[in-house]
Amino acid sequence: MSTTLLAVQTLNGMQLGILLFLIAAGLTLVFGVMDFINLAHGVQYMLGAYLAVAAYKLTGSFWLALPLALLAALACGLLLEFLVFRHLYDRDHLDQVLATFGVILFLNEAVKVIWGAAPLSVPVPELLNGSIRLFENFNYPVYRVALLGTGLGVAALLYVLVTRTRVGMLVRAGASNAPMVAALGVNIRRLFMIVFGFGAMLAGFAGIMAAPILSVEPGMGDNLLILAFVVIVIGGIGSIRGAFLSALLIGLVDTLGRSFATDIARMLLPPSAANDVGPAIASMLIYILMAGVLFFRPSGLFPVRTA
Amino acid sequence: MKQILSAVAVGASIGLAGLGAATAPASAEGLKIGFLATLSGPPAVLGQHMRDGFLLGVKQAGGKLGGMDTDVIVVDDELKPDAALTKVQGLLERDKVDIMAGVVFSNVMMAVYKPIVQSETIFIGANAGPSPIAGKGCSKYFFSTSYQNDQNHEVMGRYASQKGYGKMVVMAPNYQAGKDAIAGFKRHYTGEVAAEIYTKLGQLDFSAELARIADLKPDAIFTFMPGGMGVNLVKQYSQAGLKDVIPFLSTFTVDETTLPATKDLAVGLYSGAEWAPNLDNPANAKFVRDFKAEYGYAPSLYAAQGYDAAQLIDGAVGMAGIKDKVALLSALNAAPFESVRGDFKFNTNQFPIQDFYLTKAVKDGNSYVTEAVEKVFDDFGDAYAGSCRMN
Repeated sequence: MSTTLLAVQTLNGMQLGILLFLIAAGLTLVFGVMDFINLAHGVQYMLGAYLAVAAYKLTGSFWLALPLALLAALACGLLLEFLVFRHLYDRDHLDQVLATFGVILFLNEAVKVIWGAAPLSVPVPELLNGSIRLFENFNYPVYRVALLGTGLGVAALLYVLVTRTRVGMLVRAGASNAPMVAALGVNIRRLFMIVFGFGAMLAGFAGIMAAPILSVEPGMGDNLLILAFVVIVIGGIGSIRGAFLSALLIGLVDTLGRSFATDIARMLLPPSAANDVGPAIASMLIYILMAGVLFFRPSGLFPVRTA
Repeated sequence: MKQILSAVAVGASIGLAGLGAATAPASAEGLKIGFLATLSGPPAVLGQHMRDGFLLGVKQAGGKLGGMDTDVIVVDDELKPDAALTKVQGLLERDKVDIMAGVVFSNVMMAVYKPIVQSETIFIGANAGPSPIAGKGCSKYFFSTSYQNDQNHEVMGRYASQKGYGKMVVMAPNYQAGKDAIAGFKRHYTGEVAAEIYTKLGQLDFSAELARIADLKPDAIFTFMPGGMGVNLVKQYSQAGLKDVIPFLSTFTVDETTLPATKDLAVGLYSGAEWAPNLDNPANAKFVRDFKAEYGYAPSLYAAQGYDAAQLIDGAVGMAGIKDKVALLSALNAAPFESVRGDFKFNTNQFPIQDFYLTKAVKDGNSYVTEAVEKVFDDFGDAYAGSCRMN
């Protein structure tokens, strides 16, 4: 357990956190502003990855595929909003859960019909291929460094959007008290549509960025959706800052837990037991963390102030 | 009272429906085969390969396995043991299939195995081979055209020992098949295992594990990472710059089901298997050529096993027909067909005795395939046959 290993694992943890943030940001806005539980957020991430595959096949270049897939992801998000979600805003949470779960099933099958069940991929762009030497014997893929940088960039952009612009102000106001914002003459439906489309695009962006390092396959968003929910619950629903910090926290806890839990268990237990206990504890860590947060601070670490 | 009445009504209608199905005339000279495979969810590609291989076998026989009009009922088990059980009972009782075949995953196999062999229906397993059914729970009605689950892992263990790898890291998902894989590997591996890493089933990002592997600097790694997990691992292993530094030995991770996604990143990685498209025998050359022509993609070992299952049925039914079950069982046991893997005969537990190879991912024209580079075991039977008391 050397310091270099610890440093590399911290970097890995941050990078997982950034990926989670990109997904959780849209989810927390939609949930916080619109009080809308969108289980289909994970499949929008998947859709982004598949659109990247399709756009890459069409253009043969990652850099052309990126904006193309991003626009297509936005279009898909708006289409879903128009066809399905728009009709659910006034319904209760159970209806929303059922309908968006249906969207998950539908889209998971749809991508399989269109692209087949076998995992697909997008190659890492030439410019970002290869690895840089961080420490002796430790090469780190350039693409992952780029992913980290892009994620931080998006986070900064979001911060400016939410705190410094008029739309951002309305979004924050909507998160605190939507009926009051509507009463003040703001077209809340249009605001919802913007927030929703933007959230879908962010999830799609995460999918596009993940396509070169993860396998693109049906159901790839389902696991991440659960993690994204953990992130927004810990961060405080509706809070971008909370989502950012708790995504990093989750990324770090999960990664460091996975790499060191077995070693730590080995200090206390015989090796064979440690082999069983270590991985089990590692996969539970983030949920234990969530339970702790819910117990001590039920509205999350960085709750949005409500009236 | 009303409730009781309606319950009786429902019961009666179910009974009638059951009778209706039972009295439907069975075709006189037909062979009905129930084929169970996982065809939905992320691992659907394995089931698709296996099914396509089987159906190719049926097609090559002109739709008549053993000269009998063959009706194959393909059923998706959804990778849910309970759903699989319900569907199998439907096949056995409603459709009255003569033979059951297929099954990709061991948990599904464990759920459907008992009901099928207890109904004295002949069952040809085309992939899953968990240890209980190869050992104590073996049955004269069950034949496998694949392998016993431990064997491919044993191949890699033997190969690692032969290569003189003295220090290895082994990695598998944290569930039963993953633990079996590690146990199988260690059975024939004589060096030191520097670390056993168990990952979460369905894990996407392996950067933490890869950093640890780079830190430990083993002579090689062994991993069992089926499906999308394997695609992710292979991509990230290569991107982390480890591919050319630490040899990558694997099972069910680098094959024709994952190579379309990993492409160049997997080229040069090793796997253990009982079949590869380049095995030099006429049956295999024909199979690989026809499969590509029919389906437009390269077959994997799952496809080869499905194809051999169809060929086994073709040969045995051709010899003995289906009327006399005892004769058919002994015909099956003689394995009267040309296997695409060359040597093939049944062990005492009716799992194959066959050769196992070290395979390597290569680029062949536009497609990526595996290639057998070295025979690791010759006429190799599994470790459980000894505890099988056939009855």
